[in-house]
Amino acid sequence: MSKYSKHLLVCGGTSCHDSESDAIVCNLRDEIEAKGLLDTVQIIRTGCFGFCGKGPIVKIMPDNTIYVQVKPEDAQAIVEEHVIKGKKVTRLLYKDPVTAEPVSEPNKMDFYRKQLRIVLRNCGNIDPEKIDEYIAHDGYQALGKVLTEMTPEEVIKEVKDSGQRGRGGAGFSTGIKWELAHKNKSDEKYVVCNADEGDPGAFMDRSVLEGDPHSVLEAMAICGYSIGASNGLIYIRAEYPLAIERLKIAINQAREYGLLGKNILGTGFDFDIILRYGAGAFVCGEETALIHSMEGLRGEPTVKPPFPAESGYRGKPTNVNNVETFAAIPAIILKGAKWFSSIGTEKSKGTKVFALAGKINNVGLIEVPMGTTLREVIFEIGGGIRNGKKFKGIQTGGPSGGCLSEKHLDTPIDFDNLIAAGSIMGSGAMIVLDEDDCMVSMAKFFLEFTVEESCGKCAPCRIGNKRLHELLGQICEGKGTLKDLDRLKNMSLVIKDTALCGLGQTSPNPVLSMLDNYYEEYVAHVTEKKCPAGQCKSLLEYIINDENCVGCTACARVCPVNAITGERKEVHLINPSICIKCGACMEKCKFDAIYIS
Amino acid sequence: MSKITSFADLKKKRETLTSGLDIKTKTSHPEKSVLVKVAMATCGIASGAKAVMEFFSEQLERRNVAAVVSQTGCMGYCYAEPTIEVRLPGQDPVVFGFVDLKRADQIIEKYIKTGELVDGIIPVNYQSIDLKE
Repeated sequence: MSKYSKHLLVCGGTSCHDSESDAIVCNLRDEIEAKGLLDTVQIIRTGCFGFCGKGPIVKIMPDNTIYVQVKPEDAQAIVEEHVIKGKKVTRLLYKDPVTAEPVSEPNKMDFYRKQLRIVLRNCGNIDPEKIDEYIAHDGYQALGKVLTEMTPEEVIKEVKDSGQRGRGGAGFSTGIKWELAHKNKSDEKYVVCNADEGDPGAFMDRSVLEGDPHSVLEAMAICGYSIGASNGLIYIRAEYPLAIERLKIAINQAREYGLLGKNILGTGFDFDIILRYGAGAFVCGEETALIHSMEGLRGEPTVKPPFPAESGYRGKPTNVNNVETFAAIPAIILKGAKWFSSIGTEKSKGTKVFALAGKINNVGLIEVPMGTTLREVIFEIGGGIRNGKKFKGIQTGGPSGGCLSEKHLDTPIDFDNLIAAGSIMGSGAMIVLDEDDCMVSMAKFFLEFTVEESCGKCAPCRIGNKRLHELLGQICEGKGTLKDLDRLKNMSLVIKDTALCGLGQTSPNPVLSMLDNYYEEYVAHVTEKKCPAGQCKSLLEYIINDENCVGCTACARVCPVNAITGERKEVHLINPSICIKCGACMEKCKFDAIYIS
Repeated sequence: MSKITSFADLKKKRETLTSGLDIKTKTSHPEKSVLVKVAMATCGIASGAKAVMEFFSEQLERRNVAAVVSQTGCMGYCYAEPTIEVRLPGQDPVVFGFVDLKRADQIIEKYIKTGELVDGIIPVNYQSIDLKE
């Protein structure tokens, strides 16, 4: 066994690190040494506790006690009181915000664990290639319950009552979608799982399929029973080879156990699932385009109605749901609509999975109850902005969403609040931007994506987005005017109103929200011809500071276009008309003599 | 594999599995074995999880530690891949991040063999639901 009887875990997350966790470790070590306890007490640095607002955190094991906002001078109290006398240091415990009672154990600290895993319940816990592990974790119990104890109508009512809304981004009620497909009479119906995850920075669905494929298969069978379908299809992009591999294994295992196929669990219900591969076109995440792609046609959207629930795959009633929507279904069936609807906000129930990326310390996959604020996501779970930089914005909903600024940080995240704030929930990609990101370049970046991915069927999307992209390019190059900003806005609104499908209707969102939230930055680009974030190369000028330059010639030698002149040991000069703004000189200079204006 | 032909059958299957799940039935002394889970989603594998998993399987056997090494999906800590979870018999699981082969070796020698913690611990910051009513 361990020679240590106590472990002191000190948070070494970036944000705690900034607030003196080094000094805390140092003082703790001194105290322990002074008391002659080096052989029995060990100090360990850990990763982020996700509780940065109350950092630095010190946790004592095996006592399972958490101390918050610890200062270096508290080391003595922790060692003398807690480690030696076994008494908790009450003043360092977290105080319950409601009762003001001190709490020490993390499992009694609900507020501390801001994440709740419903969709990701098995991810990172079970072996996705072993159906037995899924079954041991109550897998396929919901299917069993549905087939033996519930009518299709009852299942639909349960899903409707749960308040679950489509996690692909549009937020349509899952129960109503099922009901529509259920009501349409037909000899054959289809259940389709949309696994065509295409937002840049999104990997929620991939993680679910790679970590817990059976949860999706089970939910599809439940949906099949409810709407009266015996065939399921999963449309997955071919660039997800591991997810495909694990899905294939899962489908085969389910078939071997008779959980897919004919006469499931002896109830007479037949259901089977096949895979269909997408080539990675963004528009194929739109359900009508997805269906056409599965039929072997061009991946182009068509006008709704008719909705797929009426006429979908092969002209039959089809229910299309996203991976995450499906993965929550078994939990809703087993734990009940009432339980699910007790989580979240008034109109958005349950939890949402987000892929947290960009300039944030804890890049990761998270799941939080609806209603969690952006601040909690970014500064608690996400551990704050990288390198101590300033938060500037967060792009939610991928290229179809908008960029929210500082003033939105306390907005509780749900479908309606995000729309009201000028963005969308989308599939759940969150890209965090800091002070170094230029909002004109960012809008241009997202537009570049939609221009590339537009199928070209309708003019607003094909031509409009292209023109928007050109305008943004001109602004970045300092060739824009104030009038162009109005033009940007008007054109965006027209595209939004007139495009055929979701792709075009949402593609101007980044432009509109960024214009709205960062208008001064756009104005600076067109009036002063300046890029405040220092990103737009055409608007920058590299200048050598006379005082710092020692004339070492390093910059002149590294310049690829010979834009720098000057004699040895004399101040050098950059010729702005030749300079291509590559930044090589600035990187090379050891005397901090080159700066950007 | 034999078919599961009724809901009762499925429930029975779950019971037999839960009584043996945590130990994955590979060893004769289940209550004494160490359980190592390696996060093997695309992102984990891309940052070297496969080599880490092979290392644990090979070295734990070579160093005579009764252990079961298994793969699992994404644990959510992308910033700290590869990540693993180690459960010592009778203890709460501990998650370690940034596990390269050097740290893997430390984890075996220090944490698994003596219970002494090593750097790179990731505090679990979520609650997970239990499907049982």
